[in-house]
Amino acid sequence: MADIRSALATNMRQNVAFYIAIAMLASLYLVYNLMHPRGFSAAVLIQNSNESVAIIFLAMAQTVPVLLGGLDLSVGAIMTLANCVASVVVNGSPGQIVLGMIITLATGTAFGFMNGLIVVYGRLQPIIATLATGAIAIGLALFIRPVPGGNVDGDISWALTNDLYEFVATYGLFDADAAWFKPIAWIPVPLLIVVVIAFGVWLPFKRTVTGRTIYAVGSAEGAAFMSGLPLNRAKIAAFTLAGFFAACGGLYLAIQTSSGNADITQAGAYTLNSIAAVVVGGTSLLGGVGGAIGSMVGALILRVISFYFRIVSIDPLLQPLIEGLVLLAAVSLGAFRTLQVKNRLNLFR
Amino acid sequence: MPIDVPIVKLTGASKHFSGTRALEGVDFLCRTGTIHGILGENGAGKSTLIKILSGVLQPDAGTVEVNGETVRFSNPTQAAAAGIVCIFQELSLVPDLSVADNISISAPPRKFGLIDRRAQHRRAEELLAQIKCEDVDPNSLVRELSLSRRQMVEIAKALGKDPKVLILDEATSALTSRDVETVYGLLADLKAQNVASLFISHRMQEIEKLCDTLSVFRNGQHIETFAKGAHSEGEIVKLMIGREVTAHYPPKPAPAEKPEYLKIDRLAWEGQLKGIDLCVGKGEIVGLGGLDGQGQKELLLGLFGVLRGLDGDIAINGQPCHPASPAQAKSAAMRIALVPEDRKTEGLMLAMSIADNLLAASYDRISDGPFINPDKARQAVAEGIAKLQIKVASPDDIVSTLSGGNQQKVVIAKWLMTDPDVILLNDPTRGIDVGTKQEIYKLIRQLADRGKTILLYSSDYAELIGCCDRVVVMYDGEIVSKLSGDAITEEAIVAASLNVGTQASTAAAGAHHG
Repeated sequence: MADIRSALATNMRQNVAFYIAIAMLASLYLVYNLMHPRGFSAAVLIQNSNESVAIIFLAMAQTVPVLLGGLDLSVGAIMTLANCVASVVVNGSPGQIVLGMIITLATGTAFGFMNGLIVVYGRLQPIIATLATGAIAIGLALFIRPVPGGNVDGDISWALTNDLYEFVATYGLFDADAAWFKPIAWIPVPLLIVVVIAFGVWLPFKRTVTGRTIYAVGSAEGAAFMSGLPLNRAKIAAFTLAGFFAACGGLYLAIQTSSGNADITQAGAYTLNSIAAVVVGGTSLLGGVGGAIGSMVGALILRVISFYFRIVSIDPLLQPLIEGLVLLAAVSLGAFRTLQVKNRLNLFR
Repeated sequence: MPIDVPIVKLTGASKHFSGTRALEGVDFLCRTGTIHGILGENGAGKSTLIKILSGVLQPDAGTVEVNGETVRFSNPTQAAAAGIVCIFQELSLVPDLSVADNISISAPPRKFGLIDRRAQHRRAEELLAQIKCEDVDPNSLVRELSLSRRQMVEIAKALGKDPKVLILDEATSALTSRDVETVYGLLADLKAQNVASLFISHRMQEIEKLCDTLSVFRNGQHIETFAKGAHSEGEIVKLMIGREVTAHYPPKPAPAEKPEYLKIDRLAWEGQLKGIDLCVGKGEIVGLGGLDGQGQKELLLGLFGVLRGLDGDIAINGQPCHPASPAQAKSAAMRIALVPEDRKTEGLMLAMSIADNLLAASYDRISDGPFINPDKARQAVAEGIAKLQIKVASPDDIVSTLSGGNQQKVVIAKWLMTDPDVILLNDPTRGIDVGTKQEIYKLIRQLADRGKTILLYSSDYAELIGCCDRVVVMYDGEIVSKLSGDAITEEAIVAASLNVGTQASTAAAGAHHG
């Protein structure tokens, strides 16, 4: 018992930033719902989840290169590319739709893999390599979809952007009004997708040697090398996984909007917001500390803050200014820890 | 099976780095069931030798044989697979991962392809228990551990690889004496299990006590391998440096009452310093002794303005002073200098030139207004290099190209450039060669003779005895013993370090004063 308690205390101490982020998200969302005229309703929850999926995936994508100690400036562009690919291939028979989704995800994953190869074998700094490949991804996206448009299957669009009830009813999987289904029928499908991918992909990955090597590289690359860890494999895997998560975001965006749009401004904004979400979620930009689950929470915090603008009457012109201030305040929370450091040398370690 | 096949054999091994030779035609062999000591000054080629054996470097020429078979390791993993495991002087631990993660890092126990955390935790506990480190929590991050604990984790990690040849490169330099004993016991056990240990250390007593076979390297060449006892200590030193060392330490001046300069009163911090009272006179060298991690480093850091929330008073030359940062501590009002413990992270900016490193603490002296004056800078650098006789090809070379001893000289020269009155030295001779050590001892004495106030922490008792006018021994954040003159003996320091019989030694010191 005492053992478990001390292990728990160790865990709390080592993940303070993550727990602070969770507490912050919970209180922000609670207050939001209290202030919202239709707060605590399924409709609000579904709408909010829909609007959060893309940035959550991008934040998770950004997390992996950041853990290495790098930055991936191409995640927004890969999302845009996947979005455009999906707008072409995700339609037709159910089999074709599934194939189309696989092609979309494979495109982003392959692009991430290429990023990894360039960083490892081209011996380039990730930030500059991905700045270039990001432009290439946008170029490809524009080539595929010079003007916004596309025809994503309507059923899948409806089924994946609503609650479980609609999902089951759309495809007639079973009787959606069954009594046993009632307690979970309200869960928004987008929320489920995010949680399943975050916990189904990230957590197992973190427990592989490759995953652990990513942390080791970000923390002390020399020590990782001396321990005989697979450095190159880990770096390539990190960018590949980033490509996969970014493609998930792009695919969802296509399903949500039923179209593709090679929007350069949007790609850039998503990339920068993904970095903000990673930091708010407790991942160190120096590498080695943090994780994708934290980034998911960080992305949600950023989204909830922007939701507030809808229910509080603020001049839209002031919105970016206020968003900036709030973001600054949010990341400053992480800096409070440094005030408690009694040995100043530890600030630099 | 012929017993005579050596476990490791090098033939004609050579390695060059951009023109300088690190190893030249080395023939070397090591047998199972031995503890094989490797001696040599820094730059003698010991590090290169072990890096080749452990797969970090590949030889330019020559062959490596393991158990009679020629091998060529292209990375440390391959060497570990062949049973050659190295405990590096520069720690190979990942600070942001847990102790258990680190111990099993290269081949963690797995279940369904994923790392089995419970098995990993158990394994860490077992290995830590084997080296009597049950106090280390496998869940804690390596970042949270002290240097000596990290070193023990490093040893546990190496043991976990089931070595046939275990290489210890200065592995005991950061350990507490209790841990050192544990490591000695461990090496004896490994010897009984027919494991070969290669032991590299700068501490002669350690090698003498532990090893059964000794090899001396000098200048990239293997000079001689012999059984312990075949040469006397003096002869070995002669083999190492090619000249006879007569006086280890410069002579001490006759004890005299020195005017009080640095006065520390009831200094306390975070439970690691518990009311330190200490006076150091002008021109006096006071040694800080004791086991590793008893507050000595914190005391030096506190005096240098690194620690927050320090209680108590510090006075320099009668003026109360409370440095809030290293920048204030080195300012004209206080003139304090600290040569830090870890020259690679706190002492030097490794990627910058020797000149930039030398100037780093004294830009205000070589600047005209906001601009650095290149003439003054060049002159200051030349003076610094000449004063400490740093061996450099050009001051514009990157500082990391220097040997450890010369790097340390750069750190010391950097601080002497600020013309300090109080010099704090944190283990300034750790991991550097005998020749440079002696130069540093001489320099410390010269500085004291010129009226500097010197506080020297050293993990080497002989150094405290040889260099210091007085020695204070710390234990658990307190000064438990103050020794001076003839009372500074190894027995007195060791006893005080273990906090046994301190009454007697304090009394003896008091008697000496009276």
